[in-house]
Order: sequence, then C-alpha cells, then structure tokens
Amino acid sequence: MENQIFELQYAMDTFYFLVCGALVMWMAAGFSMLEAGLVRSKNTTEILTKNIALYGIACTMYLVCGYAIMYGGTYFLSGIAGGDDLVATALASKAEEGFNGGAVYSDASDFFFQVVFVATAMSIVSGAVAERMKLWAFLAFAVVMTGVIYPMEGSWTWGGNAVFGLYTLGDLGFVDFAGSGIVHLAGASAALAGVILLGARKGKYGADGSTRAIPGANLPLATLGTFILWMGWFGFNGGSVLKLADVGSANAVAVVFLNTNAAAAGGLLAAMVTARLLFGKADLTMILNGALAGLVAITAEPSTPTALQATLFGAIGGVLVVFSILALDKIKIDDPVGAISVHGTCGLFGLLLVPITNSNSTFFGQIVGAATIFVWVFGASFIMWMVLKAVMGLRVTAEEEDQGVDIAECGLEAYPEFTK
Amino acid sequence: MKLVTAIIKPFKLDDAREALSEIGVQGITVTEVKGFGRQKGHTELYRGAEYVVDFLPKVKIEVAISDDLLDQTLEAITKAANTGKIGDGKIFVSDLLQVIRIRTGETGEAAV
Repeated sequence: MENQIFELQYAMDTFYFLVCGALVMWMAAGFSMLEAGLVRSKNTTEILTKNIALYGIACTMYLVCGYAIMYGGTYFLSGIAGGDDLVATALASKAEEGFNGGAVYSDASDFFFQVVFVATAMSIVSGAVAERMKLWAFLAFAVVMTGVIYPMEGSWTWGGNAVFGLYTLGDLGFVDFAGSGIVHLAGASAALAGVILLGARKGKYGADGSTRAIPGANLPLATLGTFILWMGWFGFNGGSVLKLADVGSANAVAVVFLNTNAAAAGGLLAAMVTARLLFGKADLTMILNGALAGLVAITAEPSTPTALQATLFGAIGGVLVVFSILALDKIKIDDPVGAISVHGTCGLFGLLLVPITNSNSTFFGQIVGAATIFVWVFGASFIMWMVLKAVMGLRVTAEEEDQGVDIAECGLEAYPEFTK
Repeated sequence: MKLVTAIIKPFKLDDAREALSEIGVQGITVTEVKGFGRQKGHTELYRGAEYVVDFLPKVKIEVAISDDLLDQTLEAITKAANTGKIGDGKIFVSDLLQVIRIRTGETGEAAV
C-alpha cells in the first residue's frame, strides 16, 4: 500500500511538471504575439519566423548538449526514458525522500520542464533586436545561446556547480526560485550585447538626440501576447515548486500562483499611473510592459512574500520599467519591445528582493549571482555577436530595412494584397 | 451631367448617404482617404515619445448626377456633413463628359 501511494505521488508530481511545462511552452506564443504587435507590419513575418524557429533550435540544442552541460546528464538524452528497473529506482528514491520530502518525478518530465525555460530566455532576445537584424545571424546566435551560453550559467545556479571551479553561488546565499536572473536577466544580457553591436533602427533617434516614436502595428496582438505570457507564467513559477502532491507543497503552489498573479496586477497598475503622470496619457504598451515587469520581479522568489508584498514588489517593478525604457532611449539603446528593461532591469531587481522575504539568501549572494550571470552571458554573447558580425554581418542593408525585413529575409508579407 | 466629389469627416458618412438617398441620388462611391487641409495633423503618443500624424483620415464620396440635381446634392451634402468645426471638408464639382451603364449599354442621362 505504501509503495502504491509513492507511485501515485510520483505520477501526480510528474503530471504536474508536464502540465506546467506545457504552460511555459505557451509563453512562446505570448512572446510571438507581443513582438508581432509591437513591430511595424512590414516586419511581422520575420519576427514570427524568428520566434518559432528559435523555439525549435532551443528544443534541439538543449537536447543535444544543453541539458548535459547544465545538469550533468548524457548527451542526446540517452537513457532518459528509464530502464526496466524504473519502478524500483523510483520507489527507492521515494523511500529515501519520504512522502513530504523532495520531489521525485520522471527524468523526461524534468527535461521537458527545463527546455521550455531555455526557449523563454532566447525569446527575450528576438524582440530587442527586431526590425533590423538578419534572420540567419539571429538563428546562428540562438544555436550557441541555447546550446552553451545559457546551460553554462544554468549549471552554476540551478545545476549547483562551481563557477569555473572558483566559487559556488549556492554557498554565498544566492537564491533564484524560478529564474529572474537565470532566465530573464540572462536573456536581457544577451539582447543588450546584440543591440549594442547592431545599432538603433533607422529613424529612431533624431540628430538632435530626440527619441522618435515608431508605433507598433497591432496593439490587440500585443495585449493578447501579454495575457498569454501572464497565463504561462503560472507554469513558470508554479512549476518551479517542483512538487504538488502533499499538503505542504500544494499550499506552496497555491501561494506561488497567488503571488505571481498579484505582482503582475501591481506592476501594470503602477506602470499605468506612472505613464499617466509622466506623459499625460494612459500608455497601453507601457501598461503591458508593467504587467510583465511585475511578473519578472516576483519570479526570483514568489513563495515567501505575502500577497501584499508581492503586489508591492510588482508595483515597484512596474514603475522601474517605465523609467528604464526612457533611460535606455536616452543613451540610444533601441529596444522596440522593451525586453531589456522588462527582463534585465526588473530581473536584477527581482534578485535583489529575495533577501527581504527569504532568510536563506543574502544581498551579497544575490549581487555576486547577478554579476556572474551578467558578465558571463553579456561577455560570451558579445563575442559571439562579434564573430557573426565579422562572418555574415548582423544587420540588413538600409534599403532592406526601409522595405521591411519580411520581404528581404522571408520573401513574404504578413498581410499580402493585390496578389494573383 | 456633373461629378460631385466630396471630402468629409468619416463619422458623417451615414448622414450624407441618407440625405443623398432622400433627394433621389441612385448611387454613390465611397473611398477611405487621408489628407490635410487647414486642420493640419495632430500629435499622438507612443511609449513616451510624441509623434505627428500629418494626414488625417477622411471619406471621399463621389456622386454622378444630372444637372438638375446639382443644387439639391450640394445642399444635402453640405447640410449633412457640417459640424461647424475645422476639418469638415470640401466639395468639388466637375463636368462629366459621358456615363455608360455597363450592363445595358445605356449612355448619358439614362445611365446616371
């Protein structure tokens, strides 16, 4: 009887993991719609191509070598399905952990849950470099990012390995529950390196230093994308509890869902009020960024804050993101969708919030962790972008940019007319 | 025969159509257009940056009529599209050399 209960718990936790992974997978749709909404219609097909192609690349590269680098498994996932002694092995680990102990679940479900996080990190990059980067340069970068750059920093954080054998982040009090730093700050760091080498879109900044608006083509899509991301985030944070099937874990999952939702609500309200005070209007795209800023800010630790704290943390993230977007424009870092501000600025902010509610972490550990992730991902990405710039070039020609990268890179308009 | 081309505010289109039907106009052609006159453009706001919209959306109505309907047509459109505010639009009148109904081959006044 006890073994059957263990088997049932194993089944439930595996099922929970898989459903959460599927929710996170859906975030790829959210990013696609958000980015498609915030670019001009002449660049829609290309941004959609990038988004779906990077998902394929992330899944494949993480399977080939990423998962092995990050968690020390085998290349090509050989043996992940489990052998003939699967039940015996699972029961032995369950007996060791006990009913209320650590989660025991299928290895394959663990890979599935991890791989969708890699895709999320890479999705962050695509929006920031939108409307001017060459498609194939972006995809080549995606191969290295998802196969090596992300798995390396993942191995130092969630994987628990020492950073080049020098120091171990966990010992310093570094805690990142679902990846404010490991996923979001990492994605934003890679994006920042790319944007610096790529330059701003033509016409974004005036000769006198003024910022010019380049309005997105489809705000209904951008709003739908934000809602999809918000929904997917329940899997992102909720699944990171890793276990559902005992009262303590179920309660933790419920608190994480609650706090994740509260932070997003706080973030969008704060961004809306901030935009109204600064610009005199309720700026929808800032509101959308505010919701995501709240989500990123709570991701580093959604399980220990109270609901009110989560709302406030999200709200501060929502204010922060508006100022961050304006500040990046001041220094001519052109990010069409606000990805660097949402995921970078608020990712860092999220890491720094953890010690307020979680006594297992320290500000020192959080700062060292954030610095480690930023220096590695930004540095490695910068070198990779430089190599790509030298080999194939990062940017389309001025004429192609003017015409739209849909025609130049994909040979297809998103909304074709007068066809025969 | 005359061709009356009127540029009016989009939200006045239904009123203009009804007024024209009442005086017996048999058909009109409508096009969504953009342009500027004395109203100029206006500024909009995106992510904290203002930008100028130079061309405002308007509706262009084209009506082909017989000469005796001209005054009534002009009056109907003027009355229906008038808001008294800047940007109400303009009406252009030009001579129409020939009209042909494609289905029957009728020409001139009979085809209007």
